[in-house]
Parts: sequence; structure tokens; C-alpha cells
Amino acid sequence: MEKIISVIQVVPIEHYIVLSLILFCIGIMGVLFRKNAIVILMSVELMLNSINLLLAAFSAYHADPSGQIFVFFIMVVAAAEVAVGLSILVTMKRNNDSVDIDLLNRLKG
Amino acid sequence: MIQNIAWAIPFFPLIGFMAIYLLRTKMPAKLAGGIASLMVFLPFLASIALFFGVDKSATVTLFDWISVGSINVPFSFYIDPLSITMMLIVTGVGFLIHVYSIGYMGHDENANTFFSYLNLFIFFMLMLVMGSNYVILFIGWEGVGLCSYLLIGFWHKNTEYNNAARKAFVMNRIGDLGFLLGIILIFFTFGTATFTDVFAKASILGSGNEVITLITLLLLVGAVGKSAQIPLFTWLPDAMAGPTPVSALIHAATMVTAGIYLIARSSIMYSLAPFTLDVIVVVGLATAVFGATVGIFQNDIKKVLAYSTVSQLGYMFFALGLGAFSSAMFHVTTHAFFKALLFLGAGSVIHALGGEQDIRKMGGLRKAIPTTYAVFLIGTIAIAGIPPLAGFFSKDAILAAAFEHSKVLWGIGVATAFITCFYMFRLLFLTFAGEFRGTTEQKHHLHESPKVMTIPLVILAILSAVGGFLNIPAIFGGTEAFTSYLKPSLGGQTFEPSHVEHNVELITMFVPVLVLAAIVFIAYKVFVAGKRIPADDRTERSGIVRIIYNKYFIDESYSFLFVKPYELLSGKVLSWIDTKLVDGAVNGIGTLMLRCGATIRKVQTGSVSLYLFLIVGGLIAMVAYLWFI
Repeated sequence: MEKIISVIQVVPIEHYIVLSLILFCIGIMGVLFRKNAIVILMSVELMLNSINLLLAAFSAYHADPSGQIFVFFIMVVAAAEVAVGLSILVTMKRNNDSVDIDLLNRLKG
Repeated sequence: MIQNIAWAIPFFPLIGFMAIYLLRTKMPAKLAGGIASLMVFLPFLASIALFFGVDKSATVTLFDWISVGSINVPFSFYIDPLSITMMLIVTGVGFLIHVYSIGYMGHDENANTFFSYLNLFIFFMLMLVMGSNYVILFIGWEGVGLCSYLLIGFWHKNTEYNNAARKAFVMNRIGDLGFLLGIILIFFTFGTATFTDVFAKASILGSGNEVITLITLLLLVGAVGKSAQIPLFTWLPDAMAGPTPVSALIHAATMVTAGIYLIARSSIMYSLAPFTLDVIVVVGLATAVFGATVGIFQNDIKKVLAYSTVSQLGYMFFALGLGAFSSAMFHVTTHAFFKALLFLGAGSVIHALGGEQDIRKMGGLRKAIPTTYAVFLIGTIAIAGIPPLAGFFSKDAILAAAFEHSKVLWGIGVATAFITCFYMFRLLFLTFAGEFRGTTEQKHHLHESPKVMTIPLVILAILSAVGGFLNIPAIFGGTEAFTSYLKPSLGGQTFEPSHVEHNVELITMFVPVLVLAAIVFIAYKVFVAGKRIPADDRTERSGIVRIIYNKYFIDESYSFLFVKPYELLSGKVLSWIDTKLVDGAVNGIGTLMLRCGATIRKVQTGSVSLYLFLIVGGLIAMVAYLWFI
């Protein structure tokens, strides 16, 4: 156990934090700048996974398993959310013949 | 104690009003008329009981009404000789008029409403005369003004009648403003409005006090409006638009005497304000002269009687101003008898002719409607002041008081009596004597009125004939019963009839009577033997006759001075304020709300990208806030 931890701690924690941050930002940019609904869903998944990475890294560095337990929860929620999101997407495709979110503007006040 | 039945007196006409009004579509007119008459007859009996049963005076308190700080106004009735006299007049003459109305208004489509309004009027009038303080008097005062409006404008489908009713109400209101200010000043000065307390405190203040003068002047303004004195009298001739029983009841016998009652009731205060008394003398005498002169040239039977009423009310005010309060009340009583008689008689004539009111189209009715003629003759002799009928005694009481005060005033009063005699006999002769000048259609329909109308007429005629004997002056060996009966109520009385020197009094009494007889003869020569009929409305009259025929152009001057400017003000200025400012402000707020909504609505673009952007932006803002707290 201690051997695994000491092996992991060769890479400083800052690297994991920066990596996670970059992934999160890429995810946000994907949500904001892409028109394709599937790509937006993928970006949301990317954001969630960046957080999973961070949690797992902290958990390993402090030898505290609760971080990884929380990752389980997040994954379950992500899976459920994707299921719902994709079903909405399928309905959208059926109505508009396209997954472009700019076509969903009928709630204009 | 007997006075405890006092609460029932106004109560009967009130339930009469409510019962008849609520069930007005469900009962025949005769039944409504019967109930209404009964509801006035019972108070009449009760008033008689009080007359015999109450010694001096009594206060009957129903409940504590207003009790704020040191101001205490109980809802109570004050039963004393003055109020009993008024109650007897109101319920007695009122009862006769109710019975008459069963015949006169019985075929009207809204007869039941009419009877209910009559009952409501009697209720308010009784409140007026029975109240123990100025506030209850004011309730009755306002109430009779309301009933006057309802009854004048009774045939409300006619716009002119509505205008007449509105005119009466507005002019009354102007007087009421003065009255209300007077009551407020009474509260301010004496801390109470109950008659006995106010008069006791006023005596302490003494004569010539400015506050009492102001109070009496303000109450006078109210009386001027209600009793049709100069300058608030023009509503009375117009009020003839109402049905004739209304004219008889309200505008001859009862409501218009409310002003005289008010001043007589406050006699103690008025005797402490000599300036106000002088004002009353001038106003009263001027009104008497004015009414009499205009009456000479009027051609509508009811308008002549209306101006006659204005003139006689002027006489009563004249008496009040001279300090002869009991003489004024005596004239109120006799005037109620013969004026109601004359009005009801006129109603009988109008009924017989199927609605004709112009005396130029009448004439020769003596044979066709003899009972009406007989009672009208009695009424005319009474109002002219020819002995031994009632008018002679009451008018003489007033003129004797005038003689003591100033020979000039007496002279004017006597001259007005001569004019009164002239125009009343003119009316009588043009209506009943000579040849019939109406249409053949009317001639065929001429018929005497039914008994339900003639019996009240006969009763009133008897009262007009013998009513004068209520107050036989000492000079004839009489007891002056009326004056001595009212003495305890009229503390401010200064005129003592027994102080005039006997020979002088006899001359001043009977020389005018000889002149009156001469005037009757002159009127006869002009209108019967000379067959002079007044010209129709299109004829041009000239000079002073033109002025008097047009009622001194008073209506026109009021219209020019007050009505037109006010209409201009409300039509131009106030309506501008109403539409532009008030409506503008309200609409402006509405528009403001709509604009705000329109602006904020722009957030809802419908674009998903924007929404996503806002979600992310909001999250970042939240985190930043929490981080940098």
C-alpha cells in the first residue's frame, strides 16, 4: 500500500490539479461554443470526468478512500443524466431532423 | 309616563315607508294609501295624548348616541308646547293630505311609491320637530330636503321636473351649509347641542355677544334656504312641478315652516342677538313684498299659490324678527290650514279639468264644482285676512307687533296684505267666476272630485274658518290661548300683545279690513264685471309690469351670476383636470407597467446558447462571490 502511494506521489499534486482544470475549461468551452447537441452532452461528460480525476487524485494522495467513493456517486448520476439527455436529443432529432440547438427558439418572449 | 309613547310617533310613518316601499309592487294603490294614512293618523292621536298628558315639558331619551370626550349627544325627543304644536300640525294636516292623495294619485302608475315617500317625509319632519338637540333636528332637516327632492321629481320621466327637484335640493344644501357651520359653532362655544343646555349657557353670555350673533346668523342662513326667503327662494315656484298634494304638504304646511320652527325654538338665542333680528325683519318683509308683487301677474294656479307661500313665509319671518315668536307660530298654524286648503282645492280644480293649470283657460267653474268653489272661497277669505276667519287673527297679531316697532314697517306690512287680498281674489275670480274659457272637451269632463278628496277639503275649510279663535286677542275679551300655551317654549318672546293701546289697536285692526273689502270689490269689477283676462305669454308687456311679470328676472340673474360660471368651470377646467390629469396619471401607471414588462421580456430570447452562457456565467459569479465573500 505504502509502495503504491509513494509511487503515485512521484508526480506532484499540482499537475493533477492543472490537468483537471484544463479538462474542465475545455468542457465549458465545448458547452458554450458548439452547436451540436451531442457535442454539448459530451462536453458535459468531460467536465464531470475532470472532476472525477481530481477526486481520485486527492484520494490517492491522502490515502483517504472517501474521494473514490464519491466518484462512484458522480458516475451514477452522470449515467442517468446521459440517458435522459440522449432521449431528449432523440425527440429533438425526430421533430427538427437535426440536432442543432439554434433551432430550439420557439420559447422566445 | 305618557311621554314614553313619544318614540312611537316617528316610528309609525317609518314602518309605513318601509312596508309600502318594499311591497310596492304587491299591493293595490288604495291599500297603500290607507296604510300610509293610518300611519299618520296614529301619531296624530298620540300627539293629542301628549298634548293633554304632558305638563310643561319632557325629554324622552331613546339611547346614548354620540359620546366622544366631553361631547354628548343623546338620541332623545323633547316634548314641549312648541314641539307638540308642530307635531299636531304635521300629523293632522299631513293625515288630511294623505287621505286626499288616495283620490288624487290613486290612478298613478307609481302611486305606492308616492305614498311611501309621503310617509318617509312625515317621519323626517317629526324627527325635525321632536328632536331635543340641533343634531337630530338636522337629521330631520336633511331628510325632509331629500323627500322634497324625491317628491318634486316624482314624475321623473320629465326632465324639467327633474331640474326643478335638483334646483330645490341644491338651494336647500346651500342653506344647510350655513346651518351646519352654526351647529359646529354651537358645539365649539357651548360644548353641547341639546336645546335646554345651550339656551341656559347662552343666557349667561348675555346680549349682543358676537359669537351668539354669528351662530344666529348661520342658523338663519339655513332657515332662509329651507323656508324660501330672499335670496334662496327660487326653488319654491319651480317646485310646483311636483304633484299637488306634495305642494300642499311640503311647500305650504310643513317643510317650509321648518326654518320658522328652528328660529322659534332658538328664540332665547335670537333675543340675545338684536342685529340678527334686524336682518330677519328686513329679509322677511322684503320677501313678503316680493312674493306678493310677483303673484299679481302669474297665470298658473299653482304658481300664484307658490308665490303666495313665499310671501306668507316672509310674514312669518317678519314676525320672528320683531320678537313676536308666538305670532309667527300662530301664523304658521293658520297658514298650514288655509294654504293646504288652497293647494288641495287647486288640485281639485286641476283634477276636474284633466290637468289644466292656466287660469286664463278656466272660469265659470263655480257651478260645475261647487264644493271646491266653496272651500276655495273660504281659503281665499282666510288668506286675505278678512275677519272672522283665521288669517285675520294671525296676520293681525303680526301687524300689531309691527305697529309697536315702527309705523313704517307696519305700513309696508299692511300694504302687502292689500296686495295679497288682490291677487288671491284675482285667482278666485279668474278660476271660478265668469264664463268658462276652456275647450268643449274639458267642459264635458268637468266633475266634482270624489268624497275622499272633498272631505279633507271641508275639514281644512272648517279649520281655516275657526282656527283663528285659538288666539283671540285680549281686546276682544279673549284669552290668547295659543300665545300663553307656547309661552314656556318661546323664552325669547319680547312682544306682548296686551301692551298696545286699545283704541289704536282697534283702528289698526279694522281700518285695513275696510280697505280689504274695497279691494275685493275692485278685483270683482276688473275680473268679473270687466271680464279682463290676463294676456297670453306672447304679448309684450312694458316697463315695470314687464319686470314683475318676469319675476324681477331673478332666475335669469342667478343663472348668469352663478349657474353659468359654475357650468363653465366644471365643463372646461374641471373636466380638463379630470381627463388629462387624473385619467392621465392612472393610464400612465398602466402604460409604465406595460413598458417595463416589454423591456424585461427581452431576456427571453429563446436561444439555448444564451441560456447555457447565462448558466455558466451565473455559476462562475456564485463561486467568485463565495470565494471572495
